[in-house]
Amino acid sequence: MQINKLERKSGVKIRENIENYIFVLPAVTIFSIFYIIPFVWVFQLGLYEWDGISFTKVFVGLDNFREIFFQDANWWHAMWNAGYITLIALTLQNILAFMLAWACDREIKMKNWYRVIFFIPPVLSEVVVGMAWRFIINDIDGANIINRGLISMGLGQFAHNWLSDPNTALTTVAVVHCWKGFGWGFLIFLAGLQTIPRELYEAARVDGASAWQSFKNITIPLMIPVMVLVAILTVLGTMQVFVLIVSLVGGEFAGHTSVPVLRILASMRGSSRFGYACAQGITFGLVLIIISFIQYRFHKKGQ
Amino acid sequence: MKHALYYKTKKFLVNILIHIFLISVAITCLYPLLWMISSSLKTQDMIFKDISLIPHQFRLENYVLAWKEGGFGRNFFNSILYTVSVVFGIVIISSMAAYAFSRLKFFGSKFLFIIFMAAMMIPIPGSFVALYVLLNKLHLRNTPIGYILCMINVGLSTSIFLLKTFFDKMPKELEDAARIDGCSKVGIWWHVALPLAKPVLAVVIVFNALAVWNEYILALIIFDNRSFMPLQVALQAFQGEFVTNYPLLMAGLTITALPIILVYLFMQKYIIKGVTQGAIVG
Repeated sequence: MQINKLERKSGVKIRENIENYIFVLPAVTIFSIFYIIPFVWVFQLGLYEWDGISFTKVFVGLDNFREIFFQDANWWHAMWNAGYITLIALTLQNILAFMLAWACDREIKMKNWYRVIFFIPPVLSEVVVGMAWRFIINDIDGANIINRGLISMGLGQFAHNWLSDPNTALTTVAVVHCWKGFGWGFLIFLAGLQTIPRELYEAARVDGASAWQSFKNITIPLMIPVMVLVAILTVLGTMQVFVLIVSLVGGEFAGHTSVPVLRILASMRGSSRFGYACAQGITFGLVLIIISFIQYRFHKKGQ
Repeated sequence: MKHALYYKTKKFLVNILIHIFLISVAITCLYPLLWMISSSLKTQDMIFKDISLIPHQFRLENYVLAWKEGGFGRNFFNSILYTVSVVFGIVIISSMAAYAFSRLKFFGSKFLFIIFMAAMMIPIPGSFVALYVLLNKLHLRNTPIGYILCMINVGLSTSIFLLKTFFDKMPKELEDAARIDGCSKVGIWWHVALPLAKPVLAVVIVFNALAVWNEYILALIIFDNRSFMPLQVALQAFQGEFVTNYPLLMAGLTITALPIILVYLFMQKYIIKGVTQGAIVG
């Protein structure tokens, strides 16, 4: 009797275990096929020279990586471009986002309207934003608002094709990217500012602190964790930007405004070097991980 | 008395300055969109001549042309199909998994959950190359189902994370009551857990819908046929073919942007909640 009961119990337990696995089975299956396998393959393919079609892959060891580090000037130029856009986003976009959040963090009319409007650019796709902006600032002289504005202000000599001039193209891309992205930082900063207890400001005011002093000694120190978070998100997001550039500048690989993801795409679709594309992907992924790790450490030390 | 008046005036002036700042940024946000919509209603010549935001004549036939001859009608339905199927798949699959990770005991559950979370954190920019190869092998490339499965995978980790966090905080009493009444586990998940999770499900649905509607890179490498493409990729293809037809292109852009803006305006509460929640979590 006793044994029978135990057996039945363990039988139930096994059945229960299997039943529980069924709950995660669909997720695990899809995840294994579409995440784990490609993940492993990227590292594997990175060691081969392969055109994506033929049956034989040529094993080349770390040659792809050697080529990336010592011969591929285009790659590092693209990396520099992405870094430049990221620097502009880190400063211009985040300072604007912080100022707007700070301006909205008070009893002010139409606060909700501002919040709704500022987050419209982030919900739009990069294709829509890129093409609409391209139309506004580059394609046609007649419709080019920026140039028209410059001419009407008597600064006609500065009017030109912002996106086809190599000297201004990258900065123009960066500014449009900031236009699209500042709403994210704004919302996160605003949420952060609203967690600061009002009593702190009250106490500072009673003690005779000026607005600037309480901003410097209360707001900034308490917001540092949020700033680090926004900085990490900005870097990860901006380094991987490319759809916006394709739609703004046109042409599949975007010439002198190329960025790493576009170089990977060019290796794959342009020159059919699948192994090399994977090696570029690994290199870029490592760079991203290292940057966010450094930012994180920097933040820890600062505390 | 004078003192109070001084502070009042100062506060008033500061408020005005703040509003000027906020309004000018708000105009910068809206202007390109208004310009896009207004251009979509003009003729090709008028775009060059008439730069006012309100066109003299509303050429609504641009939309008919874009829808039919530009082929955006077909792509619009593709985008709808992909968005609905992917979001439906993600809601069912991720809520089942999240419920199991939160409530059910089985060997390896912690490990599996950590793997899912690691996938959320580690960026692999080259994965689309391998995904392309994989889909070719499975004969799923250039098929809607291949794209849908890939996109379900993209949204899975974050959705599981959001839902599990919610289930962890949810009181167990209702589930216990259902169990005593003889409800099966699947029954509890469907009849008790999911209805309670509605607020988080709304966040999951809205964010994944935005992500799928706006997705570009996977659609680019998966589809060769224009008839399978979602709007984002079709717009690029359209621009390649009809490079000078601005009113039609702007109509196509408006067709692509409008559904997202409407969804955003109706669901903004959940979107703002999702962003701030995600930020606090991250």
